[in-house]
Amino acid sequence: MTIKYTKDHEWVRVEGDVGTVGVSDHAQHQLGDVVFVELPDVGRQLAQGKEAAVVESVKAASDVFAPVSGEVIEANADLENDPSLVNAGAETTGWFFKLRLSNPAELDGLMDEAAYKAFVEGQA
Amino acid sequence: MTEASESLKTTPLHSLHLELKGKMVPFAGYDMPVQYPLGILKEHQHTRAKAGLFDVSHMGQVRLTGEDPAAALESLVPGDIKGLARGRMRYTLFLNEQGGILDDLMVTNAGDHLFLVVNAARKDHDVAHMRERLKGKAEVELLDDLALMALQGPEAAAVLGRFIPEAATMKFMSYLPATFDGIPVIVTRSGYTGEDGYEISCDTSDAETIARALLAEDEVEAIGLGARDSLRLEAGLCLYGHDIDETTTPVEAGLEWALSKRRREEGGFPGYAIIKDQLANGAPRRRVGIQPDGRQPAREHTDVCDADGKKIGEVTSGGFGPTASAPVAMGYVDRAHAAVGTPVQLMVRGKPLAAKVAAMPFVPQRYYRG
Repeated sequence: MTIKYTKDHEWVRVEGDVGTVGVSDHAQHQLGDVVFVELPDVGRQLAQGKEAAVVESVKAASDVFAPVSGEVIEANADLENDPSLVNAGAETTGWFFKLRLSNPAELDGLMDEAAYKAFVEGQA
Repeated sequence: MTEASESLKTTPLHSLHLELKGKMVPFAGYDMPVQYPLGILKEHQHTRAKAGLFDVSHMGQVRLTGEDPAAALESLVPGDIKGLARGRMRYTLFLNEQGGILDDLMVTNAGDHLFLVVNAARKDHDVAHMRERLKGKAEVELLDDLALMALQGPEAAAVLGRFIPEAATMKFMSYLPATFDGIPVIVTRSGYTGEDGYEISCDTSDAETIARALLAEDEVEAIGLGARDSLRLEAGLCLYGHDIDETTTPVEAGLEWALSKRRREEGGFPGYAIIKDQLANGAPRRRVGIQPDGRQPAREHTDVCDADGKKIGEVTSGGFGPTASAPVAMGYVDRAHAAVGTPVQLMVRGKPLAAKVAAMPFVPQRYYRG
């Protein structure tokens, strides 16, 4: 099982050809209290780096981009009732959606956990 | 830790904000805390439940003196200033010749002078405007050596009463020179949250002492600009530059209550002819509350459409109301669609979001009525 991160602070955890996507714990800290998440419909084809979801905090709306390309196979219904799960467990229970990867080679261009940690520290 | 960029001004509480780990952002030319580690949601809820302390020292505090400063000021605003009793205050508006709003402000009759509090982003404009228009009638002094804090919430009176006993029984919209642990202060019972509370003006050098004393009380948390915005939005209060500006009149903005009876009859303020006509015949558009169905917020500049998808207006403030526990917004719509309950559609990211015109405030105001 691999977890990879983007420069836009999304993560994707890959098992077989299925990727689970969310925003990083660093990102939820920056966003503040999440009050609404707009998730992609099941069946939608997402392209790497393109808009996939929207996360709204009390203050503002932010785009979430697809870390890899693929077809959405599940959206996290729990976020509809309790968007604060994104704050409580950004990289666990607060996942956004799952997709079937159409081009797994895209993962090679993403950061692993250590590289992402260094990236975030470099931004601070 | 964030450092203030060279071009940003700071308030006397800046180092305290940093010590409290405030997340600093530029606001109206100042480096200000948008939130503290508690977060906007909890800061908002804490203010509604107990008491919150806000640094509003960026706002403009102005002294107006002269032979009859009230009569002079009335030439620029539609409020009854001459009729303001000593120690009482009133919300009013600087207007332009079209009846558009140049700023909104609080005016207090402080006895030998008028004490004004104006918006941070407009203070330089307002001072220049008054100096030009009131030349020879009133002296205008921007009180740069004063800080301003707001203590807001249902426990505010109990907390401030420990330091200033007479503050607890002050009337809403009244003014009191007092001492706080021996420090001279000016207290008004007013605010911008819809809750009971105070604004406390003091010398810049005393601000941190007073802030620390208030924050040491169990009920009080430091609150940032983020929660200040969500609190005032739930309370239905306008933010200058967003919900009101030079292109909106007081009638369009639903601020008829700020047009005092005598002034409506006598006029003598800028834009009177237009405002008189709008009072009699209605304005072409109205500021209304907007309640989206569901949980998705609609932000400022979202288009408001009728049931057929025709644009009828725009959201001017919108977000999530932590106390309403729902998205809340306000904006302008054509008068035909302004009735409470009218169904509208909000175009959020290209998709229509069902909403209704709603009564404001979204959360009942709880001002102290004695």
